[in-house]
Amino acid sequence: MAVHTQDRATRPAATDGTQRLSPALLQDEGLLFEVGNEHKCGVDLEALNEQPNRLGELARTSATGLAGLSEPETLRHYVRLSQRNYAIDLGLYPLGSCTMKHNPRLNEKMARLPGFADLHPLQPVSTVQGALGLMDELAHWLLRITGMNAVALSPKAGAQGEMCGMLCIRAAIDAKGELASRNRVLVPESAHGTNPATAAACGFVIDQIPANADGRVDMDAFQQKLGPDVAAIMLTNPNTCGLFEPDIKRIADLIHQHGGYFYCDGANLNAIMGKCRVRDLGVDAMHINLHKTFSTPHGGGGPGAGPTVLSNRLAKFAPVPFVTGDAGSSFGLVERGEQKGAADAFGRMCAFHGQMGMFVRALAYMMSHGGDGLRQVSEDAVLNANYLLARLQDVFSPAFCGTCMHEALFDDSFLDGTGVSTLDFSKALIDEGYHPMTMYFPLVVHGAMLVEPTETESLQSLDQFADAMLSLAQAAKDQDHDRFTQAPRTAPSLRLDETQAARHPILRWTANTE
Amino acid sequence: MRYLPLSQGDREQMLDQIGVQSIDDLFDDIPAAARLSDGLDDLPDHASEQMVERHLNQLSARSLNAGQAPFFCGGGAYRHHVPASVDHLIQRSEFLTSYTPYQPEIAQGTLQTLFEFQTQVAQITGMGVANASMYDGSTATAEAVLMAARITRRQGCVLAPGLHPHYGEVTRTLTETQGIQTKTMAPAINQDHQIADLITKETACIVVQSPNVFGQVIDLAPLAEAAHAAGALLIAVCTEVVSLGLLKSPGEMGADIVAAEGQSIGNALNFGGPYVGLLACRDDRKFIRQAPGRFAGQTVDANGDRGFVLTLSTREQHIRREKATSNICTNSGLCTLAFTIHLALLGDRGFRHLAALNHQKACALADQLDAIDGAQLLNQNFFNEFTLRLPKPATEVVESLAQRGVLGGIPAARIFGPGPLDDLLIVAVTETNTDDDMAEFAKALAEVL
Repeated sequence: MAVHTQDRATRPAATDGTQRLSPALLQDEGLLFEVGNEHKCGVDLEALNEQPNRLGELARTSATGLAGLSEPETLRHYVRLSQRNYAIDLGLYPLGSCTMKHNPRLNEKMARLPGFADLHPLQPVSTVQGALGLMDELAHWLLRITGMNAVALSPKAGAQGEMCGMLCIRAAIDAKGELASRNRVLVPESAHGTNPATAAACGFVIDQIPANADGRVDMDAFQQKLGPDVAAIMLTNPNTCGLFEPDIKRIADLIHQHGGYFYCDGANLNAIMGKCRVRDLGVDAMHINLHKTFSTPHGGGGPGAGPTVLSNRLAKFAPVPFVTGDAGSSFGLVERGEQKGAADAFGRMCAFHGQMGMFVRALAYMMSHGGDGLRQVSEDAVLNANYLLARLQDVFSPAFCGTCMHEALFDDSFLDGTGVSTLDFSKALIDEGYHPMTMYFPLVVHGAMLVEPTETESLQSLDQFADAMLSLAQAAKDQDHDRFTQAPRTAPSLRLDETQAARHPILRWTANTE
Repeated sequence: MRYLPLSQGDREQMLDQIGVQSIDDLFDDIPAAARLSDGLDDLPDHASEQMVERHLNQLSARSLNAGQAPFFCGGGAYRHHVPASVDHLIQRSEFLTSYTPYQPEIAQGTLQTLFEFQTQVAQITGMGVANASMYDGSTATAEAVLMAARITRRQGCVLAPGLHPHYGEVTRTLTETQGIQTKTMAPAINQDHQIADLITKETACIVVQSPNVFGQVIDLAPLAEAAHAAGALLIAVCTEVVSLGLLKSPGEMGADIVAAEGQSIGNALNFGGPYVGLLACRDDRKFIRQAPGRFAGQTVDANGDRGFVLTLSTREQHIRREKATSNICTNSGLCTLAFTIHLALLGDRGFRHLAALNHQKACALADQLDAIDGAQLLNQNFFNEFTLRLPKPATEVVESLAQRGVLGGIPAARIFGPGPLDDLLIVAVTETNTDDDMAEFAKALAEVL
């Protein structure tokens, strides 16, 4: 979750003639298909000694068109491209709701151990006991942190974790014979877009509940929406405004009294580890983004992992596969509905056991921090966000009064009269050496800017960022328009034309494109 | 704690600036009854790198990994050699530690490689366009079915009997709630063509895997014709994309949508994940508008210079919310990068050579195993995977082989459940297998039968 530019200007302003800087270390680089060709190859393969053909009549008769490169050319091409990316390792990455924290390299090393990386998912169970042991340990940590009763490890990403939780809820409703009558899911209007999309994909009807003036669930509106047809509420906590829902227990009690379930979006778990357990808040199901809270790398957009913790009421509906047994004996794997313990499983989320590579990284992260460190993570994450809020609040316009959790939300009223939009402001931040914050989300705040520094930023780094933000705000007030409308000037590309991209889609290279 | 930069002094100074007495003041909104006074006392305290490494090394050593044994498992996940430069490049900080490329001006590295990825996927599948990836081949298949239902405005789906059963289950799980009705037949090695008889005017799509889960290579062209004649679409599934180097592409045979597992290129076995789902389709506005997931597209910057952005996002959840084509947001970014780099190293020449090498070795092993008393090769044709009928349950055979240090394939019963396929063993061969591996496997199999 990071940007929402629908209905906003996505065409660059006319340039003032400034050419972007093209420093010596940032060489122009064409597409693979321009720098390579179909004759080049960077891999030496064993010679073919015979040419059997048992392909029926289905042998390929044409070339693929793939372009190849030798190894040195490949290195150069992709290293040059890499230099066009911003990254956590280069600087603060304040994307609200994304938890862009440091990615420890120990985790990378551990994920590549052959006992995890070089294992086939369908090897005999007797030969994969170490991998199953690791999954069992990961589950143990996740359950202790959340206080929940069971965890489905297989969901491939946060959105799939949401689907896993909602399908458990659907199965539970079905088991009570209420599927036909109980089909409405309450979703706050501040929710991540995945929440309504997931509920709809699970066959539910979406009913939005408004936020109150404090950025929390409007309790009156919520209560009016309750009824015998309510299947669940999907609520992010801390919510997408960066605020803890103080009425959360009451919300849980009320939804339970009406026979519904409480799905919690765990995107913001980083704020509350060791401070409270979601079980004690009345949650029935919650996905955990291992790529946020437990620092598995975002990798330019995945792979993530979205294990889903479940209450006792939902545990038996968890999908296959799952690990059984314990470290005292040997571990087993339940992979099919007819196996013992899987009678109520709602189905299967993905081909195999989930994101093992992410499980290893997340466990290494958790062990490194320990129970004591995870609590410190949440405290420092919240402290860092509040520090930025304190440093910025006199000049920027906080969306809500008071302190925040792990992310600080501003609206765009501080830009009133400056002629500068949230989009222009965030693009100008690029020229200050920062990745922009999440903008125009949550939707309940006008021109929203959501800033999440995470716990892995130092005080010095926070101060530098605050100084850059304040100097930009001053420039906006000083009517230094070009600094915003022409931004970014120093990035590898000037402002890109997203409107043209959508109107005339070019989604692949073809030989005659250029 | 090595990952946390704040000192105690910093923390105090910051609390002061915020204007609160203690850190707990910032957690005031947590209901008192739910507050944890002792934190996570029931978990171990923080550990040094060495301690973590020691523990995980021990766990890793407790399994028999593929590199320690003659290894012949496939069934949707394949062990190929990945060049060292691939893993080096994907660990570049700028790729590894960047987010989804929402700010295109500072994400051209990711966006250009996604554009290259989409092109490569379109090229090997013979399709017009491809998206920026799905979670894995099975979820790509389920999403392709939903996409076909939106395009045709029909709700029926026919699954071929040679479709990987996990793909079938995932498809049912992820589509039934949206009203999709799936039909299939009893699993069989070479009956895929019979699903043409199950097509009706309610059929949105037929889903056919080639090579199928038993390794059999399937001619998709007659099935495409049958589907199209009834106004339905053909979704071609491929779990071993290296086969596309040697086989006619699904596009050439008339597929409308291709859903594939891309793990074979650039990605390790990883005990099942992370992998990279491929989704390609006809270059048709109606198809693209109904596609799930992300697309990178070409555009220009304010100077008119070429650049790339995420595009066509009006299909997606962060804009369309409950009306989105899918709830997917992230994809398999770093796995697509590994795929793209590995395929760039191979190029057309290397890709086709690699495929031919896989086929050559598979043919050699199939003949060796077929010659063993009691073992019978069931495929008329195959790429790098084939099925043997054994004189006893394959599950027992595989266990006995494992005890001899050979990972000798996958019992069909492991994925289909116990029943009529109990005596079938599915065996995969890749370029990583040596002649010695194959001889050792044949010897061990002869002994245990």
